Amino acid sequence: MAQGDVKQGIVSGRLAPNQYADNFSDLHPPLDRHEAIVEADRCYFCYDAPCMNACPTTIDIPMFIREIATGNGMGAAETIFEQNILGGMCARVCPTEQLCEEACVREEAEGKPVRIGLLQRYATDMAMADNRQFFERAASTGKTIAVVGAGPAGLAAAHRLAVKGHEVTIYDSRPKAGGLNEYGIASYKSTDQFAQAEVDYVTAIGGINIINGKTFGQDFTLQQLQERYDAVFLGMGLGGVNALRAENEDAEGVANAVDFIAELRQAGDLSGLPIGRRVVVIGGGMTAVDAAVQSKLLGAEEVNIVYRRGKEQMSASEFEQDLAAAKGVTIRHWMAPRRVVSEGGRVTGVELAYTAMVDGQLRETGETLVLAADQVFKAIGQTLNSDGGALELAGGKIAVDEFGRTSVSGVWAGGDCATGGDDLTVTAVAEGRDAAEHIHAALLAT
Amino acid sequence: MADLRNNFVGIKSPNPFWLASAPPTDKAYNVERAFKAGWGGVVWKTLGEEGPPVVNVNGPRYGAIYGADRRLLGLNNIELITDRSLQINLREMKQVKMNWPDRALIASIMVPCEEEAWKAILPLVEETGADGIELNFGCPHGMSERGMGAAVGQVPEYIEMVVRWCKQYTRMPVITKLTPNITDVRKPARAAKAGGTDAVSLINTINSIVSVDLDLFAPNPTVAGKGTHGGYCGPAVKPIALNMVAEIARDPQTHGLPISGIGGVTTWRDAAEFLALGAGNVQVCTAAMTYGFKIVEEMISGLGNWMDDKGHANLEAITGRAVRNVTDWQYLDLNYVAKARINQDLCISCGRCHIACEDTSHQAIMKEKDGKRHFEVMDDECVGCNLCVNVCPVDDCITLEAMAPGTVDERTGRIVTGEYANWTTHPNNPAAKAAEPAE
Ligand SMILES: Cc1cc2nc3c(=O)[nH]c(=O)nc-3n(C[C@H](O)[C@H](O)[C@H](O)COP(=O)(O)OP(=O)(O)OC[C@H]3O[C@@H](n4cnc5c(N)ncnc54)[C@H](O)[C@@H]3O)c2cc1C
Ligand SMILES: Cc1cc2nc3c(=O)[nH]c(=O)nc-3n(C[C@H](O)[C@H](O)[C@H](O)COP(=O)(O)O)c2cc1C
Ligand code: SF4
Ligand code: SF4
Ligand code: SF4
Repeated sequence: MAQGDVKQGIVSGRLAPNQYADNFSDLHPPLDRHEAIVEADRCYFCYDAPCMNACPTTIDIPMFIREIATGNGMGAAETIFEQNILGGMCARVCPTEQLCEEACVREEAEGKPVRIGLLQRYATDMAMADNRQFFERAASTGKTIAVVGAGPAGLAAAHRLAVKGHEVTIYDSRPKAGGLNEYGIASYKSTDQFAQAEVDYVTAIGGINIINGKTFGQDFTLQQLQERYDAVFLGMGLGGVNALRAENEDAEGVANAVDFIAELRQAGDLSGLPIGRRVVVIGGGMTAVDAAVQSKLLGAEEVNIVYRRGKEQMSASEFEQDLAAAKGVTIRHWMAPRRVVSEGGRVTGVELAYTAMVDGQLRETGETLVLAADQVFKAIGQTLNSDGGALELAGGKIAVDEFGRTSVSGVWAGGDCATGGDDLTVTAVAEGRDAAEHIHAALLAT
Repeated sequence: MADLRNNFVGIKSPNPFWLASAPPTDKAYNVERAFKAGWGGVVWKTLGEEGPPVVNVNGPRYGAIYGADRRLLGLNNIELITDRSLQINLREMKQVKMNWPDRALIASIMVPCEEEAWKAILPLVEETGADGIELNFGCPHGMSERGMGAAVGQVPEYIEMVVRWCKQYTRMPVITKLTPNITDVRKPARAAKAGGTDAVSLINTINSIVSVDLDLFAPNPTVAGKGTHGGYCGPAVKPIALNMVAEIARDPQTHGLPISGIGGVTTWRDAAEFLALGAGNVQVCTAAMTYGFKIVEEMISGLGNWMDDKGHANLEAITGRAVRNVTDWQYLDLNYVAKARINQDLCISCGRCHIACEDTSHQAIMKEKDGKRHFEVMDDECVGCNLCVNVCPVDDCITLEAMAPGTVDERTGRIVTGEYANWTTHPNNPAAKAAEPAE
């Protein structure tokens, strides 16, 4: 990673034109055939495999790896897609170090788990490159289902419902489908327009109609959906963002990290995307890390993540934190933002208070520090943007039971917008899929 | 340092590692390189009779099976004996022997099963200064279709006859190389001994089809759409070779007959095992063809270090040491009771032992304890079969431990007596010799 141009302010073209492609290429390059077979040979084909139980979608990992090892890549892809139709994206974005690979017995044995994510990518890429479809739709049931949100939860639900023979209409407020796969995931995890290729692959089953540019709670209501469809699945993720509640947060140069990332993901030419010379990112999750790392990759000279608690409390995984450090991002713990410092309405810095745990409570110590900044990203969590006016919430999310049922009969929800599970792509897929199974069972019963 | 010098039927070499008759010993160029690398001896690629030499196929000659990471486990070939003229081979042998007087150089020979043919070639070979001859009665493909190689090795009477001719027409020591493509290797070994052979060497390659090309629907290696059975060798054949060596070593009729052990020798450990089962030295082919000649350094160093560790001064101290412990099943001690033990500190909870025992053995390994994933042997079910030990991916994690006399086998409820008793006297054996009256 070459040092960017050190021009002051938020400017584009900090890097030489050819450096962008290098910086934003695949974080983990795919395995070639030989590498895949060697890696597959490392798998012990465990009984009641711990990796499989650690996968939120319970992919039969030993089976698909054995299929790769025997030269049956298509069989491997089918094994994966049976459980997780977004297995291709999950192979790229899952924090495997906290999921399957953490549980792999070879992690315990020698600290080197079988590289399940890369093997999963090998098999799914192979099938998708060939546009090999493994599912056929059951005979039409005549039932219609509305899905709100074309993110991982909505797509997984829609696919499973389509397989069962139902007709699905997905409404999404954004111009493109894919949810955060398209607008949120770090670009070095999902290169080459993979999110759109995956949407096409998933919807190729038929029976799924995506309507973009329609916002739930604005363009239509829950009641209208219930009147027009036999069932409703809500998978609209967390479309809002938390406010910083720090003085002067409207200064020019302060933005939401998710908006910056969405802009980056949609930018055709990254050299045209402006970035600050000194960037401060506030937050401790995956969003904060992604915003910081990508700022650095765009050529920012100095990037600080500030987080009000310690390393252990950060929701970004250790791997993500190490990645940030490796890319030259500084993570400062135990610091809370108090005030955005500005000159002439433009941000020039952030005033931070040192924090500490006192009697089990997070307190400011009284000491402060000003970090110079010409750009500040807020990554302190997203919020639900509509509760449909009627749904019971819990902790700011739509309350659901183990089957994804909301408090309103005939309405299911899953993914980030609903309670239960971590906010991960793979969890959203699992919840969407399982809700679809339950919707199907409920519709058949009526 | 242990003394690795080898004296095999009077043929001396600085170590017991010879290259078997095969492509590695096909010509002076290879053999010179082998000797430079440190090999103790070579058996020159099999010579045929004078006249136009045999021809090989011009397509693939080899096929293979692999373990993890394309590690070659078994090699198959459809090569014939040397395809160079006899005169060139003899000239080169003579020169090489002159250059390397301290190394063993053996001529492998295969000529038609006629007295005149053998009588004609032996003096020519003797003239090269070769230390001995090896009769190739093993080649299982091609040559056998012409009445040579395995076609002779499968008929004990022919073996005896040819060996006798050789003993008659040459003063050189005769090593008879046996084919494994028979039902009882003791028969050809006894025949060779009856003919007066100085030693036997085994095994040659095993008849095999290594794999089938599923696009062509033809055996591999495929030559213009067709394949044929070839000779199988390499690590995969070692267990078969070890057994055959042991059978000859413990057969009262051939006991003491010098054996040159061949088949899958890849490391010093393989060599030591052959020696323990009665081989006086070993020959290597596939390992050299896979990794090159340098491997002999590892073999020499490994064997020497192991012998030093164990206090074995020379090769005589190990040759045949395990033969007395090879017995028939009927003499195994049925009162010996062992149970599998899992070392929980080493266990990585893969569950393979459980599923192997559960699905295919004796349902003796639990998968859960106090609601947690946990693998432990249940003594009241374990028959001590060793399957779990074999399938566990972690070294020494599961061991089979003998039960001490006086303890109770929970599976049978019987006290372990520690007294030897075998099938020949077992009450369930209809042919049991009348047991001694109790008390
Ligand atoms: C920056 C960032 C990086 C991330 N990186 C990772 C990662 O590396 N690995 C990982 O596993 N997870 C990651 N996540 C989390 C992951 O993206 C989410 O958990 C996952 O996308 C949730 O899926 P979903 O379908 O519930 O919601 P979303 O993906 O958010 O999809 C919701 C969809 O609903 C639409 N929508 C929203 N509101 C409305 C409305 N009112 N009406 C109509 N449509 C609406 C949206 O346009 C969107 O298309 C990341 C998240 C962020 C923000
Ligand atoms: C390509 C090839 C050619 C062989 N040619 C001969 C031969 O000409 N004469 C012979 O006695 N054995 C021949 N053999 C058999 C080997 O000498 C040896 O007995 C056999 O390969 C087993 O040993 P290994 O497992 O170390 O390879 C040949 C083996 C191979 C692989
Ligand atoms: S835990 Fe690891 S070794 Fe075991 S099945 Fe899963 S990937 Fe294979
Ligand atoms: S030794 Fe055999 S019976 Fe005993 S636990 Fe192991 S597999 Fe089961
Ligand atoms: S096979 Fe070995 S490592 Fe695996 S569970 Fe059994 S004892 Fe443990």
